[in-house]
Amino acid sequence: MTRINLTVDGSKVSDDVEPRMLLVQYLREKLGKTGTVIGCDTSNCGACTVHLDGTSVKSCNVLAVQADGSEVTTIEGLAKDGELHQVQKSFRECHGLQCGFCTPGMIMQSVDLLKENPDPTEQEIRVGLEGNLCRCTGYHNIVKSVQHAAAQGGAQ
Amino acid sequence: MIPAPFDYLAPTTVEEALAALGQHGDDAKILAGGQSLLPVLRMRLNAPEVVIDLGKIDSLRGIRDDGDALVIGAMTQHSVVEHDALVAEHTTLISKAVEHLADHQIRHRGTFGGALAHADPAGDLGAPALALEAQFVIAGPGGTRTVAADDFFVDLFETAIGEDEILTEIRVPKHTGWGATYEKFVRVAHQWPIVAVAATVRVEGGTIAEARVGLTNMGSTPLRARAVEAALVGQPATEDAVRAAAAHAAEGTNPPSDLNGEAAYRSHLATVLVRRAVLSAAGSS
Ligand SMILES: Cc1cc2nc3c(=O)[nH]c(=O)nc-3n(C[C@H](O)[C@H](O)[C@H](O)COP(=O)(O)OP(=O)(O)OC[C@H]3O[C@@H](n4cnc5c(N)ncnc54)[C@H](O)[C@@H]3O)c2cc1C
Ligand code: FES
Ligand code: FES
Repeated sequence: MTRINLTVDGSKVSDDVEPRMLLVQYLREKLGKTGTVIGCDTSNCGACTVHLDGTSVKSCNVLAVQADGSEVTTIEGLAKDGELHQVQKSFRECHGLQCGFCTPGMIMQSVDLLKENPDPTEQEIRVGLEGNLCRCTGYHNIVKSVQHAAAQGGAQ
Repeated sequence: MIPAPFDYLAPTTVEEALAALGQHGDDAKILAGGQSLLPVLRMRLNAPEVVIDLGKIDSLRGIRDDGDALVIGAMTQHSVVEHDALVAEHTTLISKAVEHLADHQIRHRGTFGGALAHADPAGDLGAPALALEAQFVIAGPGGTRTVAADDFFVDLFETAIGEDEILTEIRVPKHTGWGATYEKFVRVAHQWPIVAVAATVRVEGGTIAEARVGLTNMGSTPLRARAVEAALVGQPATEDAVRAAAAHAAEGTNPPSDLNGEAAYRSHLATVLVRRAVLSAAGSS
């Protein structure tokens, strides 16, 4: 067991974990943050995307021990004071989801994308989301949602 | 799936990491960004007893100007290399290759040294490193040695790094003012290339004065297309001249046949991609 200390969605947490525990497992199984989901075994789908010290990562491809000392934000920590993040609002507004399984990862990656590029073209959005797969193939409305969020100043 | 159990060490200096490697020998595995190693461990294709994480060794991170070369720390993330102004100016070919490597999330974690040490023949950084004649700085129990790119890639997933050694930095000679293009041929987004070509050229008054061409996934290691390089020198940067030189692209290669394509298809693809890459590199210089 290895002791880890980190901040998750604004709260300090401290746990003894097996070194082989994946960050996504830690979030879901230890902290009960099941908003972050697992969609594949190959680190391809992006459903598990969270922010680690401010940038997007696939939490199935990071060990919990590697996150020691870091700050993690999951989809559950995006809303502030009960108000949804603009990107969450835009996904709802533009119907950027079908079954919703890819949505937590899509939203987390979209937030990262808008932080780097607050006013992306359609092509830049598609490239920015290339590590996120939607099995319902609802990409069209996902792209629209990101455009909507950008227009509303969603980079914040 | 999750990895088999292992012990975890997170040294804060290269010396500590080398000592841990020396102690655990081939039961140990180095962890850099984990973007290739963790999938391997999760699929249980490998089950080391000890994992030595280099993530807390700050001295392995960063990019510095060292006169006629740039020095890239092994643990520098792909996303840092991608956006670095020095890399864009002096080793443009690397900027071009890293921009299309994997996806944003993987580039935030994966490292320059990790990708080269992994030595996947389909990896995107080997061909640019070869073409730019990079030098690999490797630390071991007896000190530090430097290996030329030509000698670094040994075979599939095999490099000159010994079991008791760590890749610490990569010195890339400056190619300031050279045009560069990385032509990556893929069927789906964020994946390894079926074939890719790394080309960088120096054009003087419309004539190709110098050319370097590297090939990805045309054999068990990245390869230099030396016959193409020789044929390009002194030629005008025109479609016809470049097409003639590109015809040599598959010479001396041994491309794999797999679900993505037969060897003959890859050989043809190499000639097409070399032509596109060289013309575009010449146009951008
Ligand atoms: C979905 C997905 C898509 C990808 N697409 C691409 C792609 O299009 N093109 C591409 O090139 N790559 C791709 N990759 C791989 C990616 O480039 C990895 O980041 C890279 O190959 C490994 O770098 P890392 O820092 O994560 O190394 P790790 O995974 O930590 O290590 C890789 C190997 O190198 C060894 N190692 C690492 N650092 C050192 C060192 N300093 N000294 C000695 N040994 C060391 C490790 O022991 C291990 O065997 C992809 C990966 C994924 C998961
Ligand atoms: S679950 Fe992490 S990428 Fe699919
Ligand atoms: S909405 Fe179903 S996977 Fe994307």
